[in-house]
Amino acid sequence: MAFLDLKNVSKSYGDTPVLQGIDLAVEEGEFLVLLGFSGTGKTTLVNLMAGLEMPTKGEVLFKGRPVTEPGPERGVIFQNYSLMPWLTVNGNVGLAVDTMFPELSRAERAAKVAHYVGMVGLSHAAGRRPAELSGGMRQRVNVARALAMDPEMLLLDEPLSALDALTRGNLAEEIEKIWEADKKTCVLITNDVDEAILLADRVVMMTNGPRATIGKITEVGLPRPRTRKALLEHPDYYAYRQEVLDFLEEYEHGNQSKHASGAAPKPKAVAAETPKAVAAE
Amino acid sequence: MTTVDPNFDADREARRERRFAAITKADTWFRVLGLAWITPLLRIGAGDNPRAHLGEIWRLLGVPVLAILAFLALWGTLAPQVQTSLGAIPGPAQVWEQAVGLNEDAVRTRERAADFYARQDERNAERIAAGDEPRYREFTGAPTFYSQIRTSIKTVFFGFLLATVVAVPLGIAAGLSQTANAALNPLIQVFKPVSPLAWLPIVSIVVSAVYVTDDGWFEKSFLVSAITVTLCSLWPTLINTALGVASIDKDLVNVSKVLKMGTWSKIRKLVLPSALPLIFTGLRLSLGVGWMVLIAAEMLAQNPGLGKFVWDEFQNGSSESLGRIMVAVFTIGIIGFLLDRLMYTIQSLFTFTNNR
Repeated sequence: MAFLDLKNVSKSYGDTPVLQGIDLAVEEGEFLVLLGFSGTGKTTLVNLMAGLEMPTKGEVLFKGRPVTEPGPERGVIFQNYSLMPWLTVNGNVGLAVDTMFPELSRAERAAKVAHYVGMVGLSHAAGRRPAELSGGMRQRVNVARALAMDPEMLLLDEPLSALDALTRGNLAEEIEKIWEADKKTCVLITNDVDEAILLADRVVMMTNGPRATIGKITEVGLPRPRTRKALLEHPDYYAYRQEVLDFLEEYEHGNQSKHASGAAPKPKAVAAETPKAVAAE
Repeated sequence: MTTVDPNFDADREARRERRFAAITKADTWFRVLGLAWITPLLRIGAGDNPRAHLGEIWRLLGVPVLAILAFLALWGTLAPQVQTSLGAIPGPAQVWEQAVGLNEDAVRTRERAADFYARQDERNAERIAAGDEPRYREFTGAPTFYSQIRTSIKTVFFGFLLATVVAVPLGIAAGLSQTANAALNPLIQVFKPVSPLAWLPIVSIVVSAVYVTDDGWFEKSFLVSAITVTLCSLWPTLINTALGVASIDKDLVNVSKVLKMGTWSKIRKLVLPSALPLIFTGLRLSLGVGWMVLIAAEMLAQNPGLGKFVWDEFQNGSSESLGRIMVAVFTIGIIGFLLDRLMYTIQSLFTFTNNR
């Protein structure tokens, strides 16, 4: 039994289909990256996993039980920070601590908050409000808040997409480091190929919407811990990169796959039907 | 022998910097208080080039002052040309005279009251010396202009407070739940446009019937005015609170769902803070409506306050009446303006930037 199981999940809003026939098993302790163009329903998929939305068809199972509502056991790192503007860094992280450990004394609570704020390197800014922080710092607070829920798995919805390239790279490495520390199950959404390869055990590539589904899954066997520099020097890195890029190229400009016509393709079938990608491997 | 301190210039420069920083900070407050024109004057005073600020001073101070002067001139020339049963309409000078007169009246009344109590104390001292019980009575002079103002302000705040206590929770309920909104919406739509003059008879009859204790904290007339204010000033706060609560950022709502916040902690930590700017917009509108309604209510019901003052002067019909009514009009306007500024200040204290 997989940790998080999506079984033939479809989602449509009214008459508009978004996702169709998704089968995906997330194993415990793995770092899964969902990669695809914007508008392919990646966020919807994460919302389904989090329990913020319910599938129109099929089911989402977390440790064998159907997901019916969101909860702190599946911590979400939201795309646009989503910090309470009226609370300081400590206050925002404190919200999560209060949820998970309501019985803490004042001092214990403060220590816990300080621990998570320190973990993302924001101790010096603990008393500031979101408006006084840079984008990267806000996203760190967002990460700290999710970690403070002490979740069993983390769902990261394009956590780095709103940041500039430099901050993005640094924060990606930091996420890798934090993940290394206790190997929590992670599902991260991105549209950045390098970010995907840096972080992923498996890269799940989405076909274009509407009726988006899983196009191809690639296992990334690069050694950990990974850094951007080490990756660039690794001989296999470019092969992985090429494989992912080839898949994306096929779907560029919003094209439906040349191969995946007719019935909703099963992931394995599509993988077999993309000879270019296989050749690159 | 004198030595030139090389830090002297740097020091002076730093002080200057600090002074300008302080002015910039104070500017936010001047703006809130409607005194934005002070800033450029202060900057010039602190050694800035006056030329750079002339345009601003002209716009912030020159134009308003000129407009007021033009208004006064127009008033002064046109008013005497209209003859009424009480003589010509008073111009600015006559109105000012009446304002001074009202102030003198108030001072005289205060002196008379002081005399009255001094005499009463004397008499009581004699009575006690003679072995009798002392007797205390309240001074019963006609209320002064100032005491009318005080009554009106007290009434409007009491009514406004009642309205807030009712409207904010109802608004939160309507914003959070579609059902509550569906239930409240038709009632709001029907009662919102009702004029205070329509409420007044109902309120006064109900208050006379229900509030029968004579030893109560409030006078009946006070309650009637205040409740009429409540009924009319409820709606802006209610509608804006509901809107503020309903338009909470969806992402933040998702956060509260993932955190599984309880209803109470959700209201305290998410709903209230994020709806606060709109709640205050509603409160500000409500207080404005309340103040307008109060004057009408006091006039019609003969309840103490500025409205009654206006009505009494109207009935009085002396040659001074028109002037006094105009003094009351300006007073009502200026107090309304100050109340609005007060709410605006509180509002800007509670508004945060939308930067997440």
